[in-house]
Parts: sequence; structure tokens; C-alpha cells
Amino acid sequence: MALAKRIIPCLDCDRGRVVKGVQFVDIRDAGDPVEVSRRYGEAGADEITFLDITASHEDRATTVDTVRAIAGQVFIPLTVGGGIRTLEDIRTMLNAGADKVSINTAAVQNPEFVRESAERFGSQCIVVAVDAKRVSAEDEPLRWEIFTHGGRKPTGLEVIEWVRRMVSYGAGEILLTSMDRDGTKIGFDLELNRAVSEAVNVPIIASGGVGNLDHLADGVLLGAADAVLAASIFHFGEYTIREAKAHMASRGIEVRLD
Amino acid sequence: MNQVAVIDYGMGNLHSVAKAIEHVGAELASESGQATKVIITSDPARIAAADRVVFPGVGAIRDCMAEINRLDVGAMVASAMKTKPVLAICVGMQALMAHSEENGGVDCLGLLSGRVKFFGEVLRDENDARLKVPHMGWNRVAHTSDHPLWRGVPDNSRFYFVHSYYVTMDETDQVAGRSVYGREIVAAISAGNIFATQFHPEKSQNAGLTLLRNFLTWNGASD
Repeated sequence: MALAKRIIPCLDCDRGRVVKGVQFVDIRDAGDPVEVSRRYGEAGADEITFLDITASHEDRATTVDTVRAIAGQVFIPLTVGGGIRTLEDIRTMLNAGADKVSINTAAVQNPEFVRESAERFGSQCIVVAVDAKRVSAEDEPLRWEIFTHGGRKPTGLEVIEWVRRMVSYGAGEILLTSMDRDGTKIGFDLELNRAVSEAVNVPIIASGGVGNLDHLADGVLLGAADAVLAASIFHFGEYTIREAKAHMASRGIEVRLD
Repeated sequence: MNQVAVIDYGMGNLHSVAKAIEHVGAELASESGQATKVIITSDPARIAAADRVVFPGVGAIRDCMAEINRLDVGAMVASAMKTKPVLAICVGMQALMAHSEENGGVDCLGLLSGRVKFFGEVLRDENDARLKVPHMGWNRVAHTSDHPLWRGVPDNSRFYFVHSYYVTMDETDQVAGRSVYGREIVAAISAGNIFATQFHPEKSQNAGLTLLRNFLTWNGASD
């Protein structure tokens, strides 16, 4: 009897449409984030993460409408990330029905923003997203640095120290993406995940690199993740959420099956 | 018309709970013809006129209590609980207690005799494994009473929790559900017309929707 480890499908959306494609067998509109989210909710997903990659500010009004529509039909927690830069952005998303917001670049540019956000809205809804890249040489102790702009821009910030600081400012959860592993399908950076999970007392969501169900289980068992996030293995119908949970359960992990 | 007033005191996300109730209300309407209308309000007259009241809450208790006191929400809840079903959720449940340890100590409404305590910086499970705080995610809830709101909800179903402070009750016969996270915590309370949950039924998929649906057909203590 324990808290279940969570499985979180992630939807990347551009101007209100799911990008990278979702290929469920029997879905009417695989580009509709509302329908995709609803299906994931019914399929047993523990949360949904909605990542807005809309480039232009003008098109972001669409995102708010989409979040509102998802929240009206999906009765599991919803995290919204991408372009969250001001307290007003957070208020808008929470009012639209998001349960949490994920802050990434804005935290790097202005760490105090995380503190202000947590004070205003509570730590429970402030997720800090961390894009980490291994920067240590082969013969050095492991070291990771924060990168922005999709892993292209180094910041000089050391990951463990940064995450501790974000938690001390009030971050309630860390969404940890390995930029080395993202898109590779060879599994999470387990050493990174374990190091971060042991460094702080808030839940860690492992992200980046999932290619099969053992990767999800490894994230929990070896990476000490509290939740695992994946996109393509679910979107392309390689595995269902239930298959993923059954596999994790078979490896001794508590999951929500009811 | 079954009118449900969700009390709005300016704290956090009322959209989710309103939408979830509308969702189960629409299901009920298609089966029984009984329509549900959800209003989000801080107007005492509208709350007094509603058939059912939801008292939600997220965020820090000090900020919540400041707004609750400013708008005199305590009087609205106290009055509602005498005559009709009231569902308190998360910080709404905590606000019903006498006192919370959060934010250096905050006096709450004292409508129920319980206290709100911190999980602690160091929390461990029965196998001595470290537990993170907040308690965030899906945990099992064991029914400790046979309440109408549990109808159709299997015992030990998982519900979604997110909190760093937990409730302990003086009157254990008011505890309707318990969970375990490092220690035993009160997950649900039944006291007359009040049903309160530490978890978020509006975020707990089927188990939560069933509970909300039961709330729409529950007639309170006499049921």
C-alpha cells in the first residue's frame, strides 16, 4: 500500500494541434489535443502534460482555449508548459483549468520568478522543467549542466545545485529531461535522474529517451523517479498505458491499475 | 434543477471542480432527467439558495484563510452545513479544522474538531524508504464508514492527492476514509451534512467522478 508511480503522456502542441503526430488506431482526429487527452485519461494515464511549442505570442490565445477544452473533459491532473513567463501567464493557465504550470527558460532567466510564482499560487502547482546535458569528460566525476533553446544554449548552471535552488524557491516538482537522451529511444539518463532525485525532497518526473517499457520501469527502479513521462511510445501506439502499467507492476512497481 | 454553488474566494482553480460536476451532472440528466447547474460564486445569497455547496481550496492556508475571513466564507459554510450537503475539498477540508501548523500556525474555521499538521522534512515508509513531500499522486483510500458518497467506489480505490499537511481528527467516528503516507492520514470526513476529502475527486478519474456523482444525489445527513 503505497503511492503509485505515475505515467504521464506528453503532448507537444503547436497552435492548438498535437505535433509529432499521434497514431492511435481508432481515433477520429489524432491532431486534436482534447480528444487525445480524453483518450489518455480513459486509458489510465495518471496525468497529462501539455507542452505548448507555439512560436508566436498572438497564437497563444488558442492554447488557452485548448487548455480550457481539455480541462472540461479530462479528469486527471493537467500540467501546462511552454512560454510561461509571467505571473499573469500562470493565472491565465490555472483559470483555464491547468492544475500545474511548468516553468523552464523563464526560471533560468529570472530565478526569482519561481519564488514569486510559488508564493502567489502555491508550490503544488509550480513545476520547474530542467533540460540537462552531460558535460563531464569520460574520466571526470559526472556533471550535468542546464541548457536552454532545445539543448543548444549552455547556461553554465550545474544541474544538482540548480535543482536544489529551485526547490528552495518553492518548486513543487521537477520535470527532468535529459537532452542527451531526448528522442534517442535508448532509455533515461538514469544516473542523472538518481542524482537529482536524491538531492531534493520533491517528486521528480523523468523524461527523455524512452523507447520501451523496461525503460519506464528502470526510470523508477534505477533512476528513483516518482513519475515517468513519455510521448512517442504511446502516441504511435507501440504500447498502451495499461501495457506500460502492467509491465511496471510485473517489475514490482506500485501503479494505479483501478 | 439541482443547483450546486462552488464557493469562490479567489484561490486557485475552480474550473476543474465545476467542470467535473457539470460532467457527472450531464450523465445524471441523461439517465434521470434531473438537470444540474453549477455556479461559481462568493455571493452569500446565491450560496444560501443553492441545493448543494462545494468548498474547494488550493494553495497556502494563510492566504486561503485571509480570503475566507475577508469574505466571511465561514459563516456561509456554517449556515449551509445546517441544511444541505456540503463537499469540502483539500484545503477546503483543512480550513474546516480548528488550527493548521502551516505558515507558522494559522487559526482555521473550527467547524470540525481536528488539526492540520506537517508531514515533516524526513518521512519514511514502513520499509524505511524515503518519501517525498508533498504527498503528490495517486494513493489508496480505505473506507472507514459506509457513506452514500462511497457508493460504487471500490474500497481502497486510488485518488489523486497533492498536499504537504495532513489532518488529524479528535472525533475518529467522523473519519470516513484513511490513507497511509509515512503515517496514517485522514483522507475523508463525514460529519452530518459535510463530506470532506483531502484528495481531489475532480482529478481522480472514475473513482472521483463516481464520488461527485454520489454527491449530486446525496440528501445529506438524513440520507
